[in-house]
Amino acid sequence: MPAPPPRSRRPHGRRLLAVVVAAGLAVAATACGGGDEGGTPVLKWYARDEAGGIFGAAIEDCNAAAEGRYRIELQALPSNADEQREQLVRRLAAGDSDIDLMNMDVIWTAEFANAEWILPWPEDQVEEATEGRLDIAVESATYEDTLYGIPLNTNAQLLWYRTDLTEEPPATWDEMLAAADELEQEGKPHVIWEQGQRYEGLVVWFASLLASAGGAILNEEGTEVSLDDGPTRRALEVLSEFARSSHAPPALATAQEDQGRQGWESGSAAFMVNYGFVWPSANELAPDIAEKMAWAPFPSVEPDVDSTVVAGGFNIGIGAYGDHPDLAVEAATCLANEENQTRNAQDAGLLPVTEALYDDPEVTEAENDAGIKLFPYAAEMKEALDRATLRPRTPFYNDVSLAIISILHPASDIDPEADVDRLREAIEQALEGEGLL
Amino acid sequence: MAKKGTSARARSERKLGWMLCAPAVFVMLLVTAYPIAYAVWLSMQRYDLRFPEERGFVGVDNYEAVLGNSLWWRDLANTAIIMVISVAIELLLGFALAFVMHRALFGRGLVRSSILVPYGIITVVAAFAWRFAFDPTTGFVNGITGLENSWFTETWSSYLVIILAEVWKTTPFMSLLLLAGFTLVPDDAVKAARVDGASASYRLRKVIIPLMKPAILVALLFRTMDAFRIFDSVFVMTRGAQGTENVSILGYKTLVSRLNLGLGSAVSVLIFACVLIIAFLFVKGFGANLSQQRGE
Repeated sequence: MPAPPPRSRRPHGRRLLAVVVAAGLAVAATACGGGDEGGTPVLKWYARDEAGGIFGAAIEDCNAAAEGRYRIELQALPSNADEQREQLVRRLAAGDSDIDLMNMDVIWTAEFANAEWILPWPEDQVEEATEGRLDIAVESATYEDTLYGIPLNTNAQLLWYRTDLTEEPPATWDEMLAAADELEQEGKPHVIWEQGQRYEGLVVWFASLLASAGGAILNEEGTEVSLDDGPTRRALEVLSEFARSSHAPPALATAQEDQGRQGWESGSAAFMVNYGFVWPSANELAPDIAEKMAWAPFPSVEPDVDSTVVAGGFNIGIGAYGDHPDLAVEAATCLANEENQTRNAQDAGLLPVTEALYDDPEVTEAENDAGIKLFPYAAEMKEALDRATLRPRTPFYNDVSLAIISILHPASDIDPEADVDRLREAIEQALEGEGLL
Repeated sequence: MAKKGTSARARSERKLGWMLCAPAVFVMLLVTAYPIAYAVWLSMQRYDLRFPEERGFVGVDNYEAVLGNSLWWRDLANTAIIMVISVAIELLLGFALAFVMHRALFGRGLVRSSILVPYGIITVVAAFAWRFAFDPTTGFVNGITGLENSWFTETWSSYLVIILAEVWKTTPFMSLLLLAGFTLVPDDAVKAARVDGASASYRLRKVIIPLMKPAILVALLFRTMDAFRIFDSVFVMTRGAQGTENVSILGYKTLVSRLNLGLGSAVSVLIFACVLIIAFLFVKGFGANLSQQRGE
């Protein structure tokens, strides 16, 4: 049998090649399209999907207002803040153009801005983004005098107590421990809940105590360790005295906000330092406790000196690698406007950043589906926020936080004398960004 | 190995052998050798993703920083504690289970598959289950025992739960490897020892275990390397708190959380080196034992 002419397969091969190339081009074309179908640019907003579908509702309103100039899409991030940051930094460090907008915890601003992962706010829009908003919230979105995001919500802790156990809330930590001593002797509930787990909550606690004692973790510029001897030792004394007392919950070393809430609702606690979410929760799950539940400012460290707490919250930042930065600014401004802040407060209990909303019945009188007032503490919260401070604003914040946790956890092992120096050394090392932590 | 004559046929066969292996070798190089080499290369640089402009070659500085830091040695010791204790318990329990399965006259299949259930559960999921079980307020462990322990606030009890979870999960794997090992023991040898009047413990020590040595060594090698790299259950249960931080968590913290790729890669390479050393020691012991058995 004669062999078939070898060239007979060539045209076939060419056809196949052409098909492959065409398919490849088609795939490439759809991939490059980035989903901008029909000419409407799509803006991806990376955020934790909050309760009550608030972000979805905000997106609907803003998309309608944009009249086809852009379309926002929510990309859900994990619920845990550390995991959110890990995902964002990993992608931003690789120059991911998919991230047009992102919700940033207030402690990330410096890190993201310094690495140029987020864009400075356009100068002509700064006023609109900051006007009428709480100073602390604007500061939290600012790095080296430049605004890097639009404040979306804020948060701070209050002291919760029970009117059937103490008529007057304690003004200082010492008074609180003394009151708990008395309750314990009387055989009444005396436990005090705080957040002592090896996580950011422990840093919040320490930073609030330190600020209340008149100290600061870093200098004003965020470049060097401050930690003055007196205030630092005083803050550590408060931490260790409390953690070693019989009023600290046995699980203090693993307690986060929600363990505190559960412990409080079980009725075994006399005091709790926590965020406002505990109020609707107790009203719903432990009405008999909620009846006797009241709130006061975070206890002071020194008598007759008002306490200073650290503020939390989120700002919306603009990804440095997105394709439509101008539209993203416009979208963020819409997402963080007063209507959306009000809805976020009403439907998910997020505290607004626009000052006027703290006097607006829409917010202060807001009730949840069960008819429970969400923000009866709005006035005290506003006062706390006006006095509040921020955690260190440094690109090394994550390392500084790890260093603080490594020295202060568990709080029951703190040695106020020796640990001032250890803390200083650990934070100095963290600011160099070198070495293990 | 005696050297074969290099006839043309042998040469072409060898060539064919290489050609047949080539695709697999290429894939192996691509998915293992390249990343390892790249990690080594990264570990010799100053490279922090937060400060990409400061990237540069620093030689062994990162290794000095890691090995000169007490944290590394502390975490290495913690890793060794978990590894030694859990593998020892697993070996004893696994041996006992394998012995029972080997001797079982009926239901062997059922026992064998039911024993594998823990091994089939994803480690992270199992770790969450253990964490919830030992939760001081909502966990059933305190509920059943009446204890009021807060398990994850003390070093000893944190280790206890971590090791318990590790043992619970991987003993089945150990017992299956050892069950295979029992087949290495010829029945005749055991019977002969019995006829000669050897007691049960003597038979176990002098006949069964020596014959099973290869299987025991393989099981130990796998588990020791595994236990050295323990990460998920510790991460879920304590996140390295209460002195339970191990080298994997240290690497994760440095790489993923701090984005310090240079330093983090140095930690990873050192972990890899430790695993290599473990494997080398076992293989040496293993080889020696095999040659002893063959009477060489």
